[in-house]
Amino acid sequence: MEYSAGEPRTSTTVGNVAEPNGRLSRQDRGGSVLGQVGGRAPAPNTAGAEVVLQAVDFHLHYPGMHALKGISLEVPASQITAVIGPSGCGKSTFLRSLNRMNDRIPGITTLGRVLFRGLDIYAPSVDPVALRRRIGMVFQRPVVFPMSIFENVAYGARIHRLDRTSAGMWARVERCLGDAGLWDEVKDRLRQPAGDLSGGQQQRLVIARALAVDPEVILLDEPTSAIDPVATGRIEDTLVRLAERFTIVIVTHNLQQAARVSQRTVFFLGGQLVEVGPTEEVFSRPRDQRTEAYLTGRFG
Amino acid sequence: MVVRQAFQAQLNELEQGIVALAVQVKDVIARAVAALAAMDADAGREIVAGDRAIDDREAYLERECLRLIALQQPVAGDLRAIGAALRILIDLERIADHASDIARTAVRLEGEALLGPLVEVPRMAELAQDMVARAVDAYVRRDEVAARALVAVDDEVDHLFSQVFGDLIVLMGQRPEAVRQGTHLLFVASHLERIADHATNLAEAVIYAVTGQRPELND
Repeated sequence: MEYSAGEPRTSTTVGNVAEPNGRLSRQDRGGSVLGQVGGRAPAPNTAGAEVVLQAVDFHLHYPGMHALKGISLEVPASQITAVIGPSGCGKSTFLRSLNRMNDRIPGITTLGRVLFRGLDIYAPSVDPVALRRRIGMVFQRPVVFPMSIFENVAYGARIHRLDRTSAGMWARVERCLGDAGLWDEVKDRLRQPAGDLSGGQQQRLVIARALAVDPEVILLDEPTSAIDPVATGRIEDTLVRLAERFTIVIVTHNLQQAARVSQRTVFFLGGQLVEVGPTEEVFSRPRDQRTEAYLTGRFG
Repeated sequence: MVVRQAFQAQLNELEQGIVALAVQVKDVIARAVAALAAMDADAGREIVAGDRAIDDREAYLERECLRLIALQQPVAGDLRAIGAALRILIDLERIADHASDIARTAVRLEGEALLGPLVEVPRMAELAQDMVARAVDAYVRRDEVAARALVAVDDEVDHLFSQVFGDLIVLMGQRPEAVRQGTHLLFVASHLERIADHATNLAEAVIYAVTGQRPELND
């Protein structure tokens, strides 16, 4: 299950988080429409860009394995940050740490902090379900709900009670399918089963579904690995457009994809963050020998 | 385990191709000046005719560079190396053109006797050849220091050019019948000075391949 839709409504969190607008507390989920989505001005890739997510000396252990070793990273707003690295380097583990998807794996322990707009998301008072509404995730294989295209997009929004009117929900569904670059292809068959869509379309539907709950950050874990090249191109175009209004972090083992779509690239190796920088520089003049070896495929 | 063996092999082949081309070009410079010194118009014609083969070879290697880019998606050091290779190929081809023009002078002055010694022209040619060889060698070894050292040689060529220029002006002033030949020789000296400048571009390409920076070595 990708995000909060199937989560149990009860939570063991205690108290309210001491945070400016209380957005991550349990009360949110039943509350009114929260704030604005992605209304921030797009920040160019400058040193002054707003930092939305920040890992601060973050460690993660699976039973018997130190998977993330002191990761410190700033994720700037309104940009695509690509995370690359060989299999087993920790990039997917790190991505899942950004919205506490790792909570669902037994035996995990973490140290350090992950800050979302300055708030430590691992604080005891944070409700992971509310968190995952604001930091959505898209996985490698699209898993659509066994319902209509319309209902797939509306489902999460309904759970979070984001629109009280039918007209509002319709507008939301249309907007999100449009943002995901799927509207034109499905607008005449919204009531048809989502399972009838092609893989590439389903993946865009999943993106629309994530958008429908008004996230601020979208995390994508190898979103086009299982998708054909043409559909991949469409999804990449979609991500580039969405980056104007959202913060996007994409894990990919496709180096050309990282080069094509991202403004910043992060290289992981053996659970460590080896190098991070503007994509153009990482791909033309990497500072670390290990980054160069990985990018040029000299990695044995 | 070395991965991308096929790619590495193709990169090596490209570099060897560039080295071979540089050897050819260096040889053309030597033969062109020799043809001129001997006033050998036939040798001159042969050199001019041979320029086409060099152009074809350069075009082939350029296509190889683009093929590698298209098929292997090189990044980082590999990409800079291929970018530098494209630059080097263009400059080698220009050097060969200049050498060919020197050979053309031997053809134009056919039947005449050299009115004076070529003074420092052979020395300029030697230095120019040396620069070409050392620049390509620096490329293969990715040796930034060796590349930068070529600036001093270019300075020496420039200095010799000034000398040759001055000597030829004096000669033409003293002997009006020498003006036509003297003017041709001025052009020859100028071609050699341009060859040295192009060889400095080769050095710049090497520095780019190593560091990713584009220095301006010609001043």
